[in-house]
Amino acid sequence: MTLLEVENLWVKFPTRQGTFDAVRGISFSLGRERLGIVGESGSGKSMTGRAILRLIRKPGMVEADRIALEGRNLLDLPERDMRKVRGQDISMVMQDPKFSLNPVMTIGEQLIEAYQLHNKGSRAAARQTAIEMLDAVSIRDHDRVLRAYPHEMSGGMGQRIMIAMMLIPNPKILIADEPTSALDVSVQRQILSIIDDLVRDRGMGLIFISHDLNLVSEFCDRVLIMYAGRIVEVCDAANLHDAKHPYTRGLLNSLPRLDAPRKYLDVLQRDDAWADAPSVDART
Amino acid sequence: MSGSQTLRGWLLTDAPTSRRHARLASLYKGWLSLRSNTMAMFGLGILVLLLLTAAFAPVLAPYSWLAQDLGNRLQPLGTEGHLLGTDSLGRDILSRLIYGSRITLYIVALVALIAPIVGLLVGTVAGYAGGWVDVVLMRTTDIFLAFPRLVLALAFVAALGAGIENAVLAISLTAWPPYARIARAETLTIRSSDYIAAIRLQGAGPLRIITKHIWPLCISSLIVRVTLDMAGIILAAAGLGFLGLGAQPPSPEWGAMISEGRRFILDHWWVATMPGLAIFTVSLAFNLLGDGLRDLLDPKDGGQ
Amino acid sequence: MSMLDVEDLNVWFGDGRDRVDAVKSASFTVAAGESFGLVGESGSGKSTILRAITGLARNWSGRISIDGASLSGAKRDRSFYKTVQMVFQDPYASLHPRHTVDQVLGETLHLHGFRDIDARVAKLLDDVGLGNRFRFRYPHQLSGGQRQRVAIARALAGEPDILLLDEPTSALDVSVQAEILNLLTDLRDARQLTFVMVSHDLAVVGHMCDRLAVMKDGEVVEIMGVETLRNHQAIHPYSAALLEASVVG
Repeated sequence: MTLLEVENLWVKFPTRQGTFDAVRGISFSLGRERLGIVGESGSGKSMTGRAILRLIRKPGMVEADRIALEGRNLLDLPERDMRKVRGQDISMVMQDPKFSLNPVMTIGEQLIEAYQLHNKGSRAAARQTAIEMLDAVSIRDHDRVLRAYPHEMSGGMGQRIMIAMMLIPNPKILIADEPTSALDVSVQRQILSIIDDLVRDRGMGLIFISHDLNLVSEFCDRVLIMYAGRIVEVCDAANLHDAKHPYTRGLLNSLPRLDAPRKYLDVLQRDDAWADAPSVDART
Repeated sequence: MSGSQTLRGWLLTDAPTSRRHARLASLYKGWLSLRSNTMAMFGLGILVLLLLTAAFAPVLAPYSWLAQDLGNRLQPLGTEGHLLGTDSLGRDILSRLIYGSRITLYIVALVALIAPIVGLLVGTVAGYAGGWVDVVLMRTTDIFLAFPRLVLALAFVAALGAGIENAVLAISLTAWPPYARIARAETLTIRSSDYIAAIRLQGAGPLRIITKHIWPLCISSLIVRVTLDMAGIILAAAGLGFLGLGAQPPSPEWGAMISEGRRFILDHWWVATMPGLAIFTVSLAFNLLGDGLRDLLDPKDGGQ
Repeated sequence: MSMLDVEDLNVWFGDGRDRVDAVKSASFTVAAGESFGLVGESGSGKSTILRAITGLARNWSGRISIDGASLSGAKRDRSFYKTVQMVFQDPYASLHPRHTVDQVLGETLHLHGFRDIDARVAKLLDDVGLGNRFRFRYPHQLSGGQRQRVAIARALAGEPDILLLDEPTSALDVSVQAEILNLLTDLRDARQLTFVMVSHDLAVVGHMCDRLAVMKDGEVVEIMGVETLRNHQAIHPYSAALLEASVVG
């Protein structure tokens, strides 16, 4: 069943040299699955995530034929209703938790506030939910964490708390924009498995935005490969290593590998035709 | 590259071909951003007008600023031959305002040269050196900051004697501490950046790092601050003139003119009002330009 | 003959109660022409070692010697800067925002006492694969990879023997990373450079280095050859776990 459907999405920025198109007419859909979006910096992958929530700052513009959440077109919604969608239906986890948490409030206050924003209920109920959410992201020492301020947390801990906060309204879709790029490899694994369990248990849809091909192939069900604002290839994550498009192949081959040492890495030869080719339709 | 390339294209390039080209292109881009800010251009326009007025004062002024005509004193606005009327000695107010623009520019230029440069020196040295140098310099700055500006300027003028040069010196001495503060704060962030570490690893000494690497980054925010402070400086100079401690009569300094007109404010309001309007206009122009420059030069935009 | 010798190195920040020991009695040697990797997670002290060698971290004890000559304190002399240079992690932060490429390289060459600056700038830009058309650009007119090439050119200007590389590609896209790593491989061959490379990415270190030290909480827990790494034969449980987490199955 389709949770989200995006049709012909454009993100445009006016500049002195004319309009710059960060995303150029992409279409895709998301069911109850883990959808990866990979690409290099400037490919438009982050802009895509933000555009769905209409979080592109002025003077940037979002244009699309349709961005439908369970059949409801988000483009028609007034800003007030959109705010509700952002909290309750679609949540977003950013790269660096340091910038997403309020530094002068304790984590407990922030979790409780997040709960009370979306639910009517006593403080005790809010606290109970906060503790449940911390449990869900494998944080055991609730009392200490609830009383702590964000700067007292490590990067991995902060990111877990961010995820916990995003889960409180019980969203249908989670957009994770490079959620583990700022973290060490060992912590990265823990965070990913937490996200994985949550998506599975709650039947959520996940959009996982990353530059890391290996991570995406291991962790997602379906992968969109973006280049210069367009989707150049869609494939099953398990078969990513057999991808056809020369860009995807080039990215894969440019990675150093421990099991296959060589003196020089393959360098990606870019072809102008890739940027000009029409976007692949990734709707199912 | 091709002969058909326009000047505009040449200036807007992302791939300059010489040192001069790079500098001109970056200046031109700054100019384009400033031009898109209507209010800043308005302020700049007034200031250009002020400059021209000062430069061509003898041509523009209908009378000499000293020419008295006691039979024609305190004429109202729009009198035949005296557009803005005359003052208590029958001198043409318009002519005096036009000549007075030279004094205003002189004060502004001198203060703008002295105060930010002293502030830049003190602030960057304190910020870069740290330790006891920082403590000594910044506590001195605090002492200057603790005095009300006009009172300190008054004290200086009282000690040094009344006159326009001393007024400028007094204003400069009271104006530099905020610049030192800004420069120090910027230096502290710049000091710990990778590009400073990189140039240190090439063996650059503190003098080179401060003058060639830290100053260029501090200067833009100081320029903004100076333009925003200009209004205050003009007003302080006018205030000293008004109190009889700055420019002395018969100098057509605008503050001094207000001071003279004060005696007739009820019956002959224009004598004090016209120089007041002149001060107001120029102060506003500096503020508008300063706001525009802040949007343009703010280092937080990454210089783009 | 060892080019870089680090023995019982301790580095700390702050004093008294606030003292944080970033590196605790680390020892390793790097032979001339060898490439040595320092790997570990954030906060393991791997970058701090580089900063102590270059004098950017002031408080250290132990012994650091370059080509047989011992260093002391935080002061470094001119011959040190001619021997040891560093490339920083973030190419967006390591170039002065108001200086053109020409100014950056020209000033560096001037500081190293060269006369034929014009010709040398052109040569350096060629060596790092940029060419003369990038010469008069400001950093904001360059991509991340191009900036890192400029930073590498700056480090090479004084013709050093040892290049300290602090996560030189971690801020770059993988395709650009491949270009930069290939460039470093070429430069190492052409100039017989000794590399000390800090990275959190075992695959990158495995690609570039001959030997590596694994660090945890400021201590070197294991030093191994790259073959050991490739064959998953790490002895210390931490390095084994790190390797496990880094390799995608």
